[in-house]
Amino acid sequence: MKKIIKYVLYDIVRNKIVVAYTLFLLLLSVGLFNLGSSPEKGLLSLLNLVLLTVPLISIVFATTHFYNSYEFMELLVSQPIKRSKIFMSEYLGVTLSLSAALVIGMGIPVMLFAPGATGLYLVLTGVFITFIFVALAFLASVLTRDKAKGIGIALLLWFYFALIYDGIVLFILYSFADYPLEYATLTMTALNPVDLGRIMVLLNLDVSALMGYTGALYKSIFGSMWGIVSAFGVMLLWVTIPLITSRNIFQKRDL
Amino acid sequence: MIAIENLSKTYGKLAVLDNLSVRFEGGRVVSIIGPNGAGKTTMSKCILGIVLPDSGDIKFKGESILKKHAYRSQIGYMPQIGKYPENMKIRQVIEMVRDIRKDATVIDEELIGLYGLQNMYDKRMGSLSGGTKQKVSAALAFMFDPQVLILDEPTAGLDPISAEILKCKILKEKKKGKLILITSHIMSEVEEVADEVMCLMDGSVKFHDTITEIKQQANEERLSRAIAKIMHEED
Amino acid sequence: MRNLSKNIVVWTACTLVWLLGCPLAFGDTLKVCNTCEYHSVKEAVRKAKAGDVVLVDGGVYLESGIEITQPISLIGRNNPVIDGRNSGQIITIKSSNVKLEGFTVQNVAVSYMRDDAAIRVADRENIQILNNTVLNTYFGIYLQNADNSVVKGNVVKGVNTGKIESALGNAIHVWRTDGAEISNNRVEGHRDGIYFEYVTNSLVHENTSERNNRYGLHFMFSDGNVYTRNIFRKNGAGVAVMYTRDIRMEHNTFEDNWGAAAYGLLLKDISQSTIRNNTFRRNTTGIYMESSSRLHIEGNDFDRNGWAIRLLASCIQDTFRLNNFTANSFDVSTNGSPTMNLFEQNYWDKYTGYDLNKNSVGDVPYRPVSLYSMLVERVPPSVMFMRSFMVDLLDSIERVMPSFIPETLIDESPLMKKINHDSDRKLVQNLR
Repeated sequence: MKKIIKYVLYDIVRNKIVVAYTLFLLLLSVGLFNLGSSPEKGLLSLLNLVLLTVPLISIVFATTHFYNSYEFMELLVSQPIKRSKIFMSEYLGVTLSLSAALVIGMGIPVMLFAPGATGLYLVLTGVFITFIFVALAFLASVLTRDKAKGIGIALLLWFYFALIYDGIVLFILYSFADYPLEYATLTMTALNPVDLGRIMVLLNLDVSALMGYTGALYKSIFGSMWGIVSAFGVMLLWVTIPLITSRNIFQKRDL
Repeated sequence: MIAIENLSKTYGKLAVLDNLSVRFEGGRVVSIIGPNGAGKTTMSKCILGIVLPDSGDIKFKGESILKKHAYRSQIGYMPQIGKYPENMKIRQVIEMVRDIRKDATVIDEELIGLYGLQNMYDKRMGSLSGGTKQKVSAALAFMFDPQVLILDEPTAGLDPISAEILKCKILKEKKKGKLILITSHIMSEVEEVADEVMCLMDGSVKFHDTITEIKQQANEERLSRAIAKIMHEED
Repeated sequence: MRNLSKNIVVWTACTLVWLLGCPLAFGDTLKVCNTCEYHSVKEAVRKAKAGDVVLVDGGVYLESGIEITQPISLIGRNNPVIDGRNSGQIITIKSSNVKLEGFTVQNVAVSYMRDDAAIRVADRENIQILNNTVLNTYFGIYLQNADNSVVKGNVVKGVNTGKIESALGNAIHVWRTDGAEISNNRVEGHRDGIYFEYVTNSLVHENTSERNNRYGLHFMFSDGNVYTRNIFRKNGAGVAVMYTRDIRMEHNTFEDNWGAAAYGLLLKDISQSTIRNNTFRRNTTGIYMESSSRLHIEGNDFDRNGWAIRLLASCIQDTFRLNNFTANSFDVSTNGSPTMNLFEQNYWDKYTGYDLNKNSVGDVPYRPVSLYSMLVERVPPSVMFMRSFMVDLLDSIERVMPSFIPETLIDESPLMKKINHDSDRKLVQNLR
């Protein structure tokens, strides 16, 4: 498996897109920290970036990569090797290279300009979002053999999680304003990894405004060790469920 | 060596393999023929596990291969059109496959030598011509001394000399008791190397006989005519 | 230089001696110390006659229930400690014209019935309580009906970790008093830092009130007071001003007051007051205003608060001028449509307008209330979607085509540049 990951990584690095992605993140991070009046403001701008572009780039890159790797996978499938191994190697190859880009491009500036727990959470959230959206991309890719369709599904998923979902939830909250909604909101945010990541960083960052009753409730949940662990646990579920689903589909279909 | 039992596979509404049953024994070269879309490639891909059948079973040395992967170390496969990651060099492709098949005891580099591939080791797969890719595919298929070889249109993109090299290699390996499955449309080639001919039509076996039997049956000297006659008769 | 400082020391010493000696002219000095005539503060105080000075020189006195019934001065030197050992109130002043200075008074237990304090003044006037340290008490300094009294330079420090509000008293508690001066005190770790009820015409100046469980400063029904240059920091709920009028609050700092129900400044039923040149920094809510009218809120800095101002619909005729709003999550939010309030010439860092005629005033109005802030006001849990891209999108759309946000909340002349309240007087003059 290690050897296959090695070749996947080699292929991705040769692609140069990941290198461009790293530079893009690096430039933006350094730029935002220099423009913003305070490191905290820089982190806030970066948060928006992480929550919008990282999912988009991850999901589009992973989907195209999957379709472009069909030859490679065909070659491997006729060899004495498990399909799940091929699949996991592809997954790890993509996630590791994208995460490395994130850690180098964003993690290093964050640790230089705004060292601390918040920055760490931000990078960690970014890494999780990468893992989640690559898994979603692979799910989209194994659902259809048609590359255009696959990318279409991937983009829809991104659109849903990064944009539409919040709109829907806000609409629900507005419509049911007369009911106690704290726990419903909590559940609804857990159902979207982007929201979950945002709140985890925000509670460390922008606490003051979030400190109403809801904020206090969230703080008490996410502020504790148990809360952080369970939040990351939910994130982990967001990685594993699409990943295992797509792996199972991949094992049961033709190449 | 390979027994296919009641194998069926459909793509959408199209039944590509329809309750196909056939046996292949070692030390033989079997040519699989049939019109386009008859299911030749699908059958080979089923044996390789690239395509998963809807029903039926495939047995390799008496054991089902479904959901298994280890048996593939006993199979060498040369695809119709070799597709390789464009960014990888020949050397890397070969090294990677050798990495995967670490357990192979015999490494047969005869074809690499005969095709002069070592001189092109540092070329990217994407920059290779179709014929060169075929040579790489052939070299990989024979490299690990497998008991079964599945060659899909092996000489289609090769120049005459390279095709000749490959045919010699096929006959040589047959003598070692291997089973060699070849799909091909070129009857002269079939006649040259094959012992048996299996004809697929609409996903099931039209006939499966030795070449001499076929000729006798049709009372024709040339194999292509004999086959044409048989197929015509049955219509 | 050396000579100069030496001179200052000598002069100061002489002045101090003279000051201490001053009462001598009117009465006797009763000394209390280990080797003195008196070993007990209580006994010395009981023996003292009007105009006497009771001078306590160092030492720890395990006493409580000291009652001052004559106009005397009780002066501590070399930091004498009076330890009540949780046996009730320590010093009770029952005479006018008393001066109490220089003691450490400590350990008063919780007493729900009597409201025990370290130092209590009851129904007497002209009391001076200066430079004392009050540690670990239920109430700290308690003035009831004590007109024209001065509480200055004291430190009142309670232990509030792990305690609930009702198990704590106030650090400085003033009730029904006119003309008090509370200045230069440090109060922390109590229920309310400074508590005023029915207190009039008083001055609260340069105090620091922090880490109190409830309010740093709390006053009700206390008209005509002035609050200047105080610091209110990290209190459970900030500063509360209720049912009061004619207040002047200037140059105070309200910072780090945050929590589920925390405010920099909570205004409820207050009118005709001025809030000028204060700094509100990192509070959950900078100013929360309910049923407040005719307030002048000018020249304040609102920086990094959750909500800079929450203006409830019940507020009328309030003016907001020349304030700076920077890095607040929400500048202004409201629950309805407050009427007749005026926002003008404030600086808003979120303002994106332009100034073609270069008069430092933006050419297009600014709407400080965002759609999202209205939503949060209506559905508090939606605060969890802050900084979601969708929210930014909705706000931008609403800003271009306003349809939900109240039209009355608008700054027609937003400033282009942040006001420096110290150096930009000229600009401010021009604008006026």
